[in-house]
Amino acid sequence: MIAMLHDFLLGYGAIGLVVWLVLCILAIAVPVILAVAFYVWWERKVLGWMHVRMGPNSVGPAGLLQTFADVFKLLLKELLVPKKSSRLLFVLAPLLALVPAFAAWAVVPFDDKLVLADVNAGLLYLLAMTSMGVYGIILAGWASNSKYAFLGAMRSAAQVVSYEVAMGLALVGVLICAGSLNLSDIVRAQGGPHGLLDWFWLPLLPLFVIYFVSGVAETNRAPFDMAEGESEIVAGFHVEYSGAPFAVFFLTEYANMILISFLASVLFLGGWLSPFPESWSVLGVPGWWWLFAKAFIFAFFYLWFRAAFPRYRYDQIMRLGWKVFIPIALVWIFVAGCLVYFGVVGQGVSA
Amino acid sequence: MSVDLILFYVFSVILALAALGVIGVRNSVHAALLLVLCFFTTAALWLLMQAEFLAIALVLVYVGAVMVLFLFVVMMLDINTEQVREGFIRYLPVGIGVAAVMLVEMLLLIGLKGMAFTAPVDPAGSSNTAWLGMALYTRFLLPFEVAALILTVAVIAAVMLTLRKRAGTRYQNPSQQVAVKARDRVRIVKMPSAAKPEATP
Repeated sequence: MIAMLHDFLLGYGAIGLVVWLVLCILAIAVPVILAVAFYVWWERKVLGWMHVRMGPNSVGPAGLLQTFADVFKLLLKELLVPKKSSRLLFVLAPLLALVPAFAAWAVVPFDDKLVLADVNAGLLYLLAMTSMGVYGIILAGWASNSKYAFLGAMRSAAQVVSYEVAMGLALVGVLICAGSLNLSDIVRAQGGPHGLLDWFWLPLLPLFVIYFVSGVAETNRAPFDMAEGESEIVAGFHVEYSGAPFAVFFLTEYANMILISFLASVLFLGGWLSPFPESWSVLGVPGWWWLFAKAFIFAFFYLWFRAAFPRYRYDQIMRLGWKVFIPIALVWIFVAGCLVYFGVVGQGVSA
Repeated sequence: MSVDLILFYVFSVILALAALGVIGVRNSVHAALLLVLCFFTTAALWLLMQAEFLAIALVLVYVGAVMVLFLFVVMMLDINTEQVREGFIRYLPVGIGVAAVMLVEMLLLIGLKGMAFTAPVDPAGSSNTAWLGMALYTRFLLPFEVAALILTVAVIAAVMLTLRKRAGTRYQNPSQQVAVKARDRVRIVKMPSAAKPEATP
């Protein structure tokens, strides 16, 4: 059916190709937006249960439609622009935050051969895209012409740049073990007869932890939500935003969280591979459902962290990033090199 | 005209206009953002020439890290644009002179023949990331390591130059905080209990 549509559209030449690509992009973007809606509902439910409350339970069955009600409310609100703000940048900032969050999905492999763009330098592209998201936050803070917003922007800039270093170093370990920058090849390099035990989380355990914690810091989520810091700087960088632009920031944050969850699963937990040995008949079959299950666990960790940990202080965040994560990552890159050199971890697919 | 050529001209025009904007606009934050646009467009031009590693590295390093810190500083500074503008006219002849010399040097280096648009050669076959890594770590290993060493020295020097202990700043030492014991904080004193004096009638 999909192959038929592909052939039908390519029959129209260049225009057909463009239509086909747009359809592919929509096939990823729309489910991401829907996933964000249900993720927000799930977050409020989980936080509610952890606080011994009900969570949203009035709109729709079990409160499932609560997020949609919120979105419509936000979209109908008046769009306020502060008088002395930099108007163009104020409007542009949410979009600058949103675009990289969605562009990064282009290289995420959902299954064997099921990827929008099978880029050879996929991992570099991902790092470049995730590092661009911070512009939206900085510009929002600056353009608002408000002290709280500006403080949030400054905090966020320093934090994201610091944790990007740790995150990049954690990915270098993955590169050494996989021998490729292509995300599909990284997943294939984790395949093996032992299932769960062949994935990179085991030889690269410190890097795996560093990657996910840095991911939480990169997305400005609790306990690293310095950029928002409700109790200190009201709402940080988006304190002046209302209505639809605020909804865009909200969407960006959750899309980024889901992206980091997927990436952690792809890079360290074997993507679409099954955790069970291949010899097991039904459970050993690889498929996209495994990737989604793994990503769901990471997405749950985000909520768990938020309910469990108090917010870090600014200097503590910087200390954790520069003095703890980066030295550990540097040492473990050396260890990973030794593991590959002595053949403990296979040199992937392209050796 | 092929699609590549059209795209090349589109990106070139954007790049030139953004570069002019960097030195032209009044607001320093806007200028920094236009510089970001310059880097991004350059990356697009390099992608057009199939240098995908260089293009992505440019976005990753310059757009993702260097310019973020640059913006960080520019936003914190309260630059008086009027003063800067006065200097702009005064130093314009010098600037044009330097630009002209650089143009001549580049023309000499590349040669006028090289300026004609030709299809990019692809020495790497499919992935020039792999090719670049191979070249850097085999043929050019020594220059690469020397460059890395120089950069490391520069990082340490920069830290040493800016890191100074100011008198009167108070900071916490996490290792001391972690090593603290209960008896450092609370002293439990044993007091013999005395009999309650009997109430006098």
